[in-house]
Amino acid sequence: MATVGLKSVRKSFGSAEVIKGIDLEIEHGEFCVFVGPSGCGKSTLLRMISGLEPITSGDVSIGGEVVNDIGAADRGLAMVFQSYALYPHMTVRQNLSFGLENINTPKPEIAGKVDEVSKMLQIGELLERRPKDLSGGQRQRVAIGRAVVREPRVFLFDEPLSNLDAELRVDMRGEIAALHKRLGNTMIYVTHDQVEAMTMADKIAVLRSGELEQFGTPLELFNRPDNLFVAGFIGSPRMNFIEGTINTDGGTSLSLTTEETVPLPSDGCEFGEGQTVTLGIRPNDLRPTDGGFMSMEVASVEQLGTDSYLYGSLKNGTAVTIHSPGQTSVSPGQTIEVGAGTDAMHLFDTASGKTLRRD
Amino acid sequence: MANAIAFLTRTRGRNGRWDWTDWVSYGYLMFGVFIIFGPILWLMMSSFKTEADIYRYPPKFLPHVQETVMVDGYDDPLPLYSIVSGEHKGRTLAQLRRVGLVAQMIDPRNPDERLKVNISDREAIESVGFAFGNYTEVFERFTLLRYFYNSTFITLVTTAIALIANSMAAFALSKYQFRGRTAILMVVIGTLMIPQTVVLVPLFMVVRELGLVNNLWGVIIPSAATPTGVFLLRQYMLTIPDEILDAARMDKASEWKIFWRIILPLSAPAIAVLAILSIIWRWNDFLWPLIVLSENEQFTLQLALNSLQGESIIEWSYLLAMTVLTLLPVTVVFMFLQKYITTGIASTGGK
Repeated sequence: MATVGLKSVRKSFGSAEVIKGIDLEIEHGEFCVFVGPSGCGKSTLLRMISGLEPITSGDVSIGGEVVNDIGAADRGLAMVFQSYALYPHMTVRQNLSFGLENINTPKPEIAGKVDEVSKMLQIGELLERRPKDLSGGQRQRVAIGRAVVREPRVFLFDEPLSNLDAELRVDMRGEIAALHKRLGNTMIYVTHDQVEAMTMADKIAVLRSGELEQFGTPLELFNRPDNLFVAGFIGSPRMNFIEGTINTDGGTSLSLTTEETVPLPSDGCEFGEGQTVTLGIRPNDLRPTDGGFMSMEVASVEQLGTDSYLYGSLKNGTAVTIHSPGQTSVSPGQTIEVGAGTDAMHLFDTASGKTLRRD
Repeated sequence: MANAIAFLTRTRGRNGRWDWTDWVSYGYLMFGVFIIFGPILWLMMSSFKTEADIYRYPPKFLPHVQETVMVDGYDDPLPLYSIVSGEHKGRTLAQLRRVGLVAQMIDPRNPDERLKVNISDREAIESVGFAFGNYTEVFERFTLLRYFYNSTFITLVTTAIALIANSMAAFALSKYQFRGRTAILMVVIGTLMIPQTVVLVPLFMVVRELGLVNNLWGVIIPSAATPTGVFLLRQYMLTIPDEILDAARMDKASEWKIFWRIILPLSAPAIAVLAILSIIWRWNDFLWPLIVLSENEQFTLQLALNSLQGESIIEWSYLLAMTVLTLLPVTVVFMFLQKYITTGIASTGGK
């Protein structure tokens, strides 16, 4: 069983603490994605799991066994690097067999494994070439092949698709997901692209400046974000945030800073009268309707045929995006009334950023 | 080949017309070729000249030899002269001997009649010819092969040790994080600022204490590790991405294996450059071998060349022939290795 566990893991470079105590349990066979803006420590965390980066304090365990003092090569992991890190002076075959040679695998067995993996990844005809003669996608496959051939317990991917063009990225995304299905290994995947995270992951860990913001399935994160950061980070386009104050009418309505009043959900949330809160509504939950609770001045309209996006601002200048299915008759410059159902509203405490949802 | 010629004879002006920039640049380049290649060409030509030819004034570029003739009754070939004035004007005579201003000469077709000719009345008959004797005699008169062996041994062993030691130091200084790394690098580079002449005496004392005087190893060991080499290789190794090393570590390669299988092959261009430099430096090294090696048996080619310069007599013809022989190996090495200076193989494989 290849579970991966992190227990109050910390990392400091000198006086700068980059990982500030992370607890995480990844189940066997799970595809877990670490996502976050650049500089949030996700790659460092991955390197700490791999053993390439020593941890300052805490425990990393793989398969229930603490591996803090076990070298990178002996943890039973394989890693795919952002730059692929293929050995430039070796052929594809040598690249694939280098790791097996180092653990003294017999030659015929190496040849067998290399053939099997190259067939699986369709790189059979590239075996005698050198990395410089391969395209980006082919290099990516070879890099994955080099990881697969060693039959690791856990795969680590460090932003493997960031050097590919958009179309190839979608293809490789599908292939990595298919690979996961076929091999059934635990995989940890680092990316800054939340679309990649949403499409591939069983579980997503959202990180920000060295801290774990939320860990859960993609839909959990989308539907029940724990805080403003996760709410804004997951989902495209971004969630709309409008600040306001809870009215002293028993907590049934909210005064926005635009001096408009919004009815609040009757249950599920916990707040006090007079509390400053942030209302979050996803662009696809916000609709142009007569009698809506806010008015919005439309600045631009994107018509994609099947969908349309309206960009504009509220009375106080807060930027707002609306994503409505189908085509729209709204034109730029128009002022429209918008509204949303109370079940589509997310409420956060403005000061702490925490959700006010009651679980 | 045709492409190369077309490339080398490009001009800025079109249709065979030369722009003024063509004149200037070709003129400048030809001047450079003349400055650099002229002395070497002169040396090569002079090495084929006889001792007398070298001292000729005004000097001639091509080596000349005087024509000779075999005359019955004389064992050695006699030098030929044409007579330009006096009573024998227009005849071609061979010289028997010269006494003061008068030469005793004979007509090769009539060897019995001896003629007296004023030396200002005659001119030597010469033609272009190469005195290969300089080269063969150098081999016969000196233990050239011994010197050649000494030079080669010192050059190759020093270069091999230098490449291994320097690349290992460079690997550590470029790819490992440890306390004092910068300080060590500074010390290594700092030694570049100390002139060799300053450390000559203490170095000699160390070598003497180790009993390496008059031993080839006394030349090899002090010059094996060079700060320039460490610095050059370190700068190159810094360009090798760390991710490749990480990948190798994940592939369970030991640090030694990473050095041997990953770092060294990827640093090949820099190592080739260092190898060329080291070979040239060691081959041409003079001062340090001169101090350490005092027995003729242990001389390198450079020391042997120096020993040809006597206090009062310098045998230029041998000296020049030996100089050419000394130049040849480094030139050949440079020809074969210079392409590595410009090629790089580590630039791809990443993104």
